[in-house]
Amino acid sequence: MADWWSYSLEDFLLFSPRVYWRMFALHNEAVWPLHLAALPIGLTLVWWTARPRPWSGRVVAVALALVWAWVAWSFLWSRYATINWAAPWLAGGFALQALLLLGLGAFGAGMPRVVPPSVPRVIGWALLLHGLLLHPFTGMIAGHPPAAAELFGIAPDPTAIATLGLAVLMTGGTAAWVVMVIPLGWCAVSWATLHTMGGPEGAIPATAAVLAVAGRAWPTTNARKPL
Amino acid sequence: MTLRPFSRRTALAGAAAFAAASGLRPGRPSARPASPELRRIPSSGEAIPAVGLGSWITFNVGDDAALRRECTAVMAAFLDAGGRMIDSSPMYGSAQAVIGHGLAALGHPPAVFATDKVWTSAGSDGPVQIERSRGLWGVERFDLLQVHNLLGWEAHLRTLFAMKEQGRLRYAGITTSEGRRHDLVERIMRTQPIDFVQISYNILDREVEGRILPLAQERGIAVIVNRPFRQGSLTRRLEGTPLPGWAAEIGATTWAQAILKFILSHPAVTVTIPATTRPDHARENVAAATGPLPDDALRRRMADDVGDL
Ligand SMILES: NC(=O)c1ccc[n+]([C@@H]2O[C@H](COP(=O)([O-])OP(=O)(O)OC[C@H]3O[C@@H](n4cnc5c(N)ncnc54)[C@H](OP(=O)(O)O)[C@@H]3O)[C@@H](O)[C@H]2O)c1
Repeated sequence: MADWWSYSLEDFLLFSPRVYWRMFALHNEAVWPLHLAALPIGLTLVWWTARPRPWSGRVVAVALALVWAWVAWSFLWSRYATINWAAPWLAGGFALQALLLLGLGAFGAGMPRVVPPSVPRVIGWALLLHGLLLHPFTGMIAGHPPAAAELFGIAPDPTAIATLGLAVLMTGGTAAWVVMVIPLGWCAVSWATLHTMGGPEGAIPATAAVLAVAGRAWPTTNARKPL
Repeated sequence: MTLRPFSRRTALAGAAAFAAASGLRPGRPSARPASPELRRIPSSGEAIPAVGLGSWITFNVGDDAALRRECTAVMAAFLDAGGRMIDSSPMYGSAQAVIGHGLAALGHPPAVFATDKVWTSAGSDGPVQIERSRGLWGVERFDLLQVHNLLGWEAHLRTLFAMKEQGRLRYAGITTSEGRRHDLVERIMRTQPIDFVQISYNILDREVEGRILPLAQERGIAVIVNRPFRQGSLTRRLEGTPLPGWAAEIGATTWAQAILKFILSHPAVTVTIPATTRPDHARENVAAATGPLPDDALRRRMADDVGDL
């Protein structure tokens, strides 16, 4: 690719929007009823983030690690790879994120929730709740059938967005940034895919990524202390 | 594919079997339009229908069973209309597997001119990739293999020429698209004994008329034209615009046919390979290779008219 500059994002889009959105419907059908497990896991994350205990940050990190590992294998490796030869690499990224979270849970403080200043708190909660509850509806608003809804713990976008929310809410600057790198990278990939397909949906991962970086970089004077 | 003379009847038998099994109704032989024009491959003299079928994006449907059936229906319609060349690449996601699935459903029609590519930077990976592609298609051998976008072209051409010598391949070629690396394309055309060159050419993108197409004629290299509709943006742009009066002169009933006829009217062009998700478009495209083609004066008018739109 000596003349790489002559390529556009369109040249790398391997599939049509129809195939892409049908893939989520097929995936939902294939993994049903695991959705019923993903939602309680998500709500548990919310609970321990809202009512932290000294150990709950570790539980949150380990639970999230399992979710990332599952999405890596079930969606990226087994499903998305059927239409995108780059998906195994993306699955590798998700697996690495699972390992990072696992390491944080096993050897670090996990993802403890702090009382941050008001702006990061609003952003963190907004991203977390969007990923867990609202994201499935955005697809329907964009005109996709409910069967193709992307759910936390099943599809990568809401999983990455909820993780960013938790990272904005957590203490430990360096660890939080480390935990954000792969979700931010995924948001960029997802934005590029959705944007190239021409729909409005790309705005969601893009906005989430920008908000997460802003929330995390917000001046913290004294405020990001652990409870 | 084994080298067998083109048998329209066998192609139809497979397509009909698929149609019967899937409830599709391919056009009855009596209702079928005239056979498409055949063009000679200069290096062998073999004749091949001038419209083929691409598979970039359109056939990358993964393991979606309903969409795989649709792709098979497109292949059935294409073969039923008299088309032969189907083009794919390891770069096209699941397209090779979907073609293989379709060919199996159609009973492996021998008419298919199996055209694929090798796409990997390391020359040593080429044979493994080719073997994998062959397995996905489910063919005995490929008719044509091309070095995709010239990636690792020196090593891969050595592999392809060796395969030809061993009788494991019938034709070797190279591809590029959208005007990329034409200098290198020309150099390879001048120095290597390739049978085919694949380039982008359509009524708006005509750079290849300057040097590549004349060189192909001079060197006796068959030309495959990709992106005839600019990946659909050209047909979409012309949608809703009434066909000019000249369309009737060349028997084009749609803009797509007019564009294909423009491409086929260049004497260097051997086959053009539009991709489609629709059986009716596959038929319409193959039918563009029947009837009159524009002469030089009309080609100029057509290009001016489309350029103005
Ligand atoms: N470097 C390379 O080697 C290279 C690069 C590019 C392409 N290629 C090959 O060339 C093939 C063709 O190029 P392409 O796929 O990029 O683009 P293309 O054939 O120019 O355009 C495909 C689009 O045209 C539409 N279309 C097809 N027939 C139509 C008709 N009769 N009326 C209206 N619309 C029609 C299809 O939509 P519908 O589905 O609605 O019909 C599809 O979206 C590829 O599939 C690939 O095999 C090779």
